[in-house]
Formats: sequence, structure tokens, C-alpha cells
Amino acid sequence: MADTILVIVEQREGKLNRTSWETIAAGQALAADLGWSLEAAVAGANVSSIANEVAQKKVARVYDIEAAKLEPYTPDGFAHVLKAFLEQHPAKLVLMPHTYQVRDFVPKLATAMKTTAITDAVGYRYDGGKLLFTRQMFQGKFSADVSFAGLGPCFVTFQNGSFRGDKAEAGGAAAPVEKVSFDIPDGVVRNHPQEIFKEAKQAVDLTQAEIIVSVGRGIKEQKNIELAKQLAEALGGELAASRPICDNGWLPMDRQIGSSGQTVAPKLYLALGISGAIQHIVGMKGARNIIAINKDSEAPIFEISDYAVVGNLFDIVPPLIEEIKKAKA
Amino acid sequence: MKILVCMKQVPQKDAPLKLNEAGTWIREDVSYEVNEPDAFALEEALRQKEKHSGEVVAITAGPTRASQVLREALAKGADRAIHLEDNGFVGLDAYNTARAIAAAIKDEKFDLIFTGLQSDDYGYAQTGVILAQILGLPHATIIMQIEKNDSGVRVKRELEAGFFQFVDMPLPAVLTIQSGINKLRYATLIGIKQAKTKPLRKVTMAEVQSAMGINLQKIEKMYIPEKSKNTQFIDGPPGEIAKKLVEKLKNELRVI
Ligand SMILES: Cc1cc2nc3c(=O)[nH]c(=O)nc-3n(C[C@H](O)[C@H](O)[C@H](O)COP(=O)(O)OP(=O)(O)OC[C@H]3O[C@@H](n4cnc5c(N)ncnc54)[C@H](O)[C@@H]3O)c2cc1C
Ligand SMILES: Nc1ncnc2c1ncn2[C@@H]1O[C@H](COP(=O)(O)O)[C@@H](O)[C@H]1O
Repeated sequence: MADTILVIVEQREGKLNRTSWETIAAGQALAADLGWSLEAAVAGANVSSIANEVAQKKVARVYDIEAAKLEPYTPDGFAHVLKAFLEQHPAKLVLMPHTYQVRDFVPKLATAMKTTAITDAVGYRYDGGKLLFTRQMFQGKFSADVSFAGLGPCFVTFQNGSFRGDKAEAGGAAAPVEKVSFDIPDGVVRNHPQEIFKEAKQAVDLTQAEIIVSVGRGIKEQKNIELAKQLAEALGGELAASRPICDNGWLPMDRQIGSSGQTVAPKLYLALGISGAIQHIVGMKGARNIIAINKDSEAPIFEISDYAVVGNLFDIVPPLIEEIKKAKA
Repeated sequence: MKILVCMKQVPQKDAPLKLNEAGTWIREDVSYEVNEPDAFALEEALRQKEKHSGEVVAITAGPTRASQVLREALAKGADRAIHLEDNGFVGLDAYNTARAIAAAIKDEKFDLIFTGLQSDDYGYAQTGVILAQILGLPHATIIMQIEKNDSGVRVKRELEAGFFQFVDMPLPAVLTIQSGINKLRYATLIGIKQAKTKPLRKVTMAEVQSAMGINLQKIEKMYIPEKSKNTQFIDGPPGEIAKKLVEKLKNELRVI
């Protein structure tokens, strides 16, 4: 019998997280390369409609894993149920999207099963009979090909955008859906989560901005934000920032770009003194044009930039503002 | 409250990194600093202690150089420190790091254990959660606020895209701390002086080895990431760069 790859799609409060399609696409690619069989699963309380949605894709089977206590999400509940499920339905590889929810429970689940999780992978290589997963290290400065040892299952989580969700193939007919129910004993779930909320009303909607000038820690001091502001004004764009700038209170939180902030896709994203950590890049890589100014020629931001300036932003931005003003005059 | 803070020493943010001959790790002759979220975790522990009294213990697993992060922690106000000291601690997967830390503290009872949410070098985002599982404790990740109450703690978890969630949980517990949860303090001169007399316990690899196993994941090869775009580099003196950029903005990007 062929080995099995299981993709566990993510649902939150009964809604499928769209990045799950990327993981399905990853699973389909791996299944084709390895000649293994691909199955999918969703876990929650009353999530059969999601199971049916996933069954439209080209997978051999979908498991609808049900337990009343899986709603609301807790790491204790998910690790308990998924461990019980995987003991009944062994898989060699278990794939999930690298979301905040998955990173909250997958290390616990893997450890409970005496195995490991390769987190935040961006791809895989299969050559010479060896399966390697590529992940970023040192804040994106290096990639590493990582092999897996042990009896498995090997858990792998894929970074947002590593595979194309729209490439997830549909199946000929709907895949069979199998319902598996679990009971979570009292005392297993120790956390009591409250409602999910958004902090402050967004004062600015950066998603609508055509031009964004974004500042990172390279700006050094709060008073230098003014320089970036002048550049944004000269270009007629909005000002945004990486997380440390907002953490410091130099700009309000609603100007933060990235996984915990806003996701934008402007015509122009001009990054000043931003290194290009993945949590920032996921929020802006959809920009049509990216210009980065950074003094470090090896800054990861340059990997996704259309135009790169290696240099000191304090030397380059002032004449740039002047030239823009001249060009617009 | 008795609080343990896991702190890792990582290459400085701006350090130029080079790969070793074998292409399996970086060359170690760089400057190091405290992993950023771990510094916030220490600060949070010190604040909790100031509010509720108790003890703050800092722990690191790493080579001799890593004792620097413990000295900094002691100077800022930690009461004592534990150093799992061996070059071998650099090459561990998160499971083994957590097992080594768990073994080193097996005779202690902490109310709270803090880790950073992620290391800047490996970026596993796992060590704290694994430690919780090994110790049989509940955990919560990406924490931005901690309030002690009668039944345990109420923590604020950061979720994606600007969402948050409060979670009530019993103690003892493990929390992984996000950068920006608080404002960091600086060590004072008195603090630096006092640090010299505070206890720093060393633990050898041999003492914890029996708790560990083989690494379940291994770096086969490290390399500079392939570029996903055909990047145009614009160079020259600043004035010239400015002119060239404006030319692009006007004629290629058409945003001016
Ligand atoms: C769960 C999680 C969620 C996160 N969410 C987000 C998020 O939503 N958004 C976000 O941005 N980050 C987020 N982060 C943090 C992220 O990992 C990085 O730490 C952060 O993006 C780094 O910000 P930076 O690039 O401004 O700073 P650094 O990484 O410190 O980079 C500063 C850059 O400036 C350059 N520089 C310095 N001086 C100059 C100069 N004079 N001229 C030109 N260049 C200069 C340096 O070469 C360096 O590349 C998150 C992290 C985690 C773990
Ligand atoms: N060698 C280590 N020594 C002490 N703490 C560590 C070590 N490795 C990881 N940690 C802790 O675990 C957190 C998460 O690391 P990681 O799982 O590697 O992303 C870090 O922020 C540290 O708090």
C-alpha cells in the first residue's frame, strides 16, 4: 500500500482559511512526485460543510473530524483529537499551513507523538530518494534544506504563499467524506479562550493606497520618521512601517504592514531600511513594484525587489525628495 | 511568582553572516546579542515580579559566549541564572533544546515559564510549546499582555491581521512572548555590579544527555536564497541614484 500524505486544512469558527488551498496544492505536488496517496482532513465542531468543500479537490478521501469541544479552538483540544485520529489513521507526512493557529498546537502534537514538525517550509526537493524541505533561517538571510529522521509522522507547515492556492486541482467527482467523531474527556482542555476582537478602529485603509512609503528600523530614531513622511507626501502616497516602528509607538499600529498588520498590494511599495523578514514580506509582496533602499546588499528585501538601492537612506532620500518635487513641478 | 525565562544568544541583527565551508551553518566569528523577543520576555518577568514578588531565573543553552545574555539578565534584575554550557547546544532541534532545558530545571517548580515566540537564527517557533508538552503544562503563544488573577492568568494572544484574543488559563503555564509586549529597561551601573555576585549555575551536556535523543530534523545544506525577481540595482552617488529613481518612477512605473 502506498504511503499517505494527509493535509489538515484550517478552519476558524467554522470558516475555511483560504491558505489551506495552498497546502492542498503542496500535497498534490508531493503526492505526484512521491507516488503516495493524498488525503485531507478538517477538525472542528460541525465542520462537515468544510469537509464537503475540500472533497471537490483531487484527493483520495476527506476526513471530517468532529468533537464538540474543538470549538472554540484550544491547543489542548486540537492536539488531543489529532493525535487520536493519527493513531487510527497513520500518515507518513502531515501537511498544514503555517498559520498562528497551527504554530500554536503543532509542536505540542508532534511532541506528544514523539516526532517533529518542520515549520514554515517554503518548498521541498525530492532527489536521490531523499525528501528535503526548504525553510528560511536567520530571518530570511539563508535557506536550508532540512531532512527528517525518526518514525514519523513528519509534520510540515508551509509558509503563506509558498504554493499557489489556485493551482489546487479539482477532482473528477467529489472525494468520499468520512466522519470520525471523538470525545474529549474533561480536564484535557485547560485554556478558556474569549471572543476574538480587533483592537482599534482602522483610521487608515492602506489596502486602497496606490503608493506606499514604508519605514523600518533603519530609520533609527523617531524624529527621522519625518523624512519618510516628506517622501510619502512628495509622491502623494501613504506612510507605513514594519512592526518594530509601531511597537516603539513611532507610528500608530494601523500603519503596520505584515502578518500581524495589514496586507497591501499598491502600485508602488518603497521600503526604507526594512530587512525583509518573512512576516513583513507576506504583507506587501503583492505590490506591483517594489523599490528597496537598504545599506546591506544581502538584505532579504532585495530578493523580492524590482529596483534595489544599496546605500544609506539618509544620503539618498533627501535628494530623492528634491528630484520628485522637480519632476512634479 | 517564580518565573523562568528562556533566553537565546543569536547573531546581531546587522552582523554580516557567512556560511561555513560545509555549508551547514554560519561561521561563528560574528557579534551576538539576545534574541529579541527573549529580551521582552525577561522584561515581562521582571515586571510581574515587581507586581507580585517572587523570583526571576534566566536560562540559556549555548557555548561559553552565551553567558553574556545571562549576565545581562542578572544586571537587569534577574535573581539567578542557569547556563547549559556546551558548543553542542547550538546544533539541536527544538525538541532536544526543550528536553535539555526541562532536564536542567527538573528539581524546580516555576509558576510561569517564558520563552520568546521565535528565535532569529533557527526560527522554529517551537521550543516553548514543546517545553510545555514535556512538562505537562498548558501553554499560550504570541503573548502581548499578562494579568494574574485568582484562578491563574489572563493573557492576550496576538492573532493574524490585527486580531487579538484573551485566554484564561491556570498556573503553572508556559507562555511564548511577542516583541513589543512592553518597553525594555536598561541595566543600571548598580545592577551590573550586583550581577557579579548573583548565582549562575552551570550545567554540562553530560548532565542532561540522558533526557535527550537524536535530532529529528537535520540541516543538510544552507545557501543564499534564490532571487524570485529580476532585480535592477541602481547605483552611483546619491544625487545620481535619486535622478535614476525618478526616471523609473516617471517612465517605467508611471507613478509621477
Ligand atoms: C509572529 C510574528 C509576527 C510578526 N508580524 C510582523 C508584521 O506584521 N510586520 C512586520 O514588519 N514584522 C513582523 N514581525 C517581525 C519581523 O520578524 C521582523 O522582526 C521585522 O519585520 C523587522 O523589522 P525591520 O525590517 O524594520 O528591522 P530590521 O530587521 O532590524 O532591519 C533593519 C534594516 O535596516 C537596514 N538599515 C539600517 N540602517 C540603514 C540606513 N541608514 N540606510 C538604509 N538601510 C539601513 C539594515 O541593513 C536592516 O536590513 C513578526 C514576527 C513574528 C515572529
Ligand atoms: N538554546 C536556547 N537557550 C535558551 N532558550 C532557547 C534556546 N533555543 C530556543 N530558546 C527559547 O525558545 C524560543 C523559541 O525558539 P525557537 O523554537 O528556536 O524559535 C526562543 O525565543 C527562546 O526563548
